[in-house]
Amino acid sequence: MKRALPAALLALLVLTGWELLVRLFGVPAFLLPGPSDIGEAFWESRDLLLRHAWPTAGEALLGFLVAAATGALSGLLINRSALAERSLYPWLVVSQTLPTVAIAPILVTWLGYGQLPKVLVVTLFCFFPITVATVDGLRATDPDLVRLMRSFGATRRRIFFMVEAPGALPFLFGGVRLAVTYCVIGAVVGEWVGSSEGLGFLMIQDKAQFEIPRLFAEITLLSVMGVSLFLLVALAQRLAAPWTLKRDRAL
Amino acid sequence: MDLVVEPGTFLALIGPSGAGKSTLLGLLAGLETPDEGVVEKDGVPLARPGLVAYMPQSDLLLPWRNVVANVSLGLEATGTPRRAARREAIAALERFGLEEFARVPPAALSGGMRSRVALLRTALLGRDTLLLDEPFGALDALTRRDLQGWLLGVRDELAATIVLVTHDVDEALLLADRVVVLSPRPARVALDLPVDLKRPRMMEIETTEEFARLKERLLEALGVSKP
Repeated sequence: MKRALPAALLALLVLTGWELLVRLFGVPAFLLPGPSDIGEAFWESRDLLLRHAWPTAGEALLGFLVAAATGALSGLLINRSALAERSLYPWLVVSQTLPTVAIAPILVTWLGYGQLPKVLVVTLFCFFPITVATVDGLRATDPDLVRLMRSFGATRRRIFFMVEAPGALPFLFGGVRLAVTYCVIGAVVGEWVGSSEGLGFLMIQDKAQFEIPRLFAEITLLSVMGVSLFLLVALAQRLAAPWTLKRDRAL
Repeated sequence: MDLVVEPGTFLALIGPSGAGKSTLLGLLAGLETPDEGVVEKDGVPLARPGLVAYMPQSDLLLPWRNVVANVSLGLEATGTPRRAARREAIAALERFGLEEFARVPPAALSGGMRSRVALLRTALLGRDTLLLDEPFGALDALTRRDLQGWLLGVRDELAATIVLVTHDVDEALLLADRVVVLSPRPARVALDLPVDLKRPRMMEIETTEEFARLKERLLEALGVSKP
C-alpha cells in the first residue's frame, strides 16, 4: 500500500490541476472535459457503458487466451524443431511488420461483424510476444542442467517437464504481461472497424455525436480493464511461479 | 590411457587444467562416447547415462523446488513416484542432519549447504558408483574445508566407489585411497599413488610427515616446482 502512495498522489495532483485549468480557462466540455465532467458522464451512462464493456472484455480475454495457447505451442515447435525455426520464425517476424490495424478491415470483410474478427485481431496483437518469450525461455535452459538430468537417466519428456518448462516460465510470464496490455487495444481496434456493440463501437458513436465526456469515460474504463487483466496475470505468476518474483534472504 | 578402479575405492583424479579430467568423468557417466577404446563397469559398457551417479561442478539446484524436492529430483527423473521420492529425500535429509532445511528454497541456502544438498541429490540415486566433478571448486577455502570434513564423515553412506576430480592436492590426499595424476594433453597417467594414510581420517592428518611426503610426490608429478 505504501509503495502505491507516490503514484496515487501524482494522479491526484494531475487530476486536480486538470480540473482547475479546465474551469479557470472555461474550456468547453466537447474539447476537453474536466475529470468531474468525465465522472458525471460515467455515472449517468453507467448501465450503457457496462453493457458495452462486457463484449469488449470478452473479445480481449478470448483473443488473449487463444494467443497464449497458440503462441506457447508455436514457440515450443520452433524450439523443438530446427526446421520449424528456420522456416517459420523469419516469417513470424515479418508478420509483425504488417500493421494489424490495417489487417482488421480485411478480417471484417471476410468474417463479418460478429465476435470472431475481433478475437482474431486481439490474437494477432498478442501472439508474437508470447511466441518469442516461449522460444527465448526454452532456449535459456542451462545445458548443464540438461546434462545433469541425462546423467540421472531421465527421458527427454521428463527433462522437458521437470526442467525446461518450469525454467521457461519467467520468460513466458514476461511475454504474457506484455501481451495482456495489448489485448484490450486489439479488441477496440477490431470494434472500430465494424461492430454493433462494445466500447469501441460506443466510442465511434460518441465521437460523432460530440459526447466527449462519455468518450473519455470509455477510455478510462478501457484502461481500468487493461490494468485489471495485467494484475490478474501478475497474480497468476505469483501463484504459478513465485520463485520468479521474490528472492528469499539468506539464512 | 588405461585405468582400472577397484570396487570400494575412493579414487581422486588430479591434473592440470585442460587435461581432460571432466571429459573423462563425462565418459564414465555415459554422457559422452569415446572416440576410441571402451569404458566399462563390471564388464558392462558405460555407453548410456543412468548407470552411475554423477555430480557436476555447479550445484544446479532448481529455484522452483525446495530442498526436499531438489534432493528427490534424481529419483523423480528416473520414474520414482513423487510421493515415494519425497519420502526418501526426507529420510536422507534426516540421516544427514539437514532436516531443518527441508522446506527452504535453495536461494536461501549458503554455498556450502547448496553443495551438501546437491551431493545428497546424487547420492539418493543409490548407485554404487559416485562421480564427483570438482564438487567444492566454487566454494571459498573455509567452506571447502568444512565440506571436506563432512564428506570424510559421510563417505561410507554415499556410495561404494567414488571417483573425485579435483585440482586440490590436499583434498585428494585427505579424501582418497588412491590418487591418479594426469599429464597435460594428451592425458596419460603420470602417477598412480596409493594413499596409505590411516582411516578414519581427521583433518589433522594434513600436518603429519607422511602426508607431506605424499604431497611432495604429487606436486612433483604435477610438475609444480617445490618452494
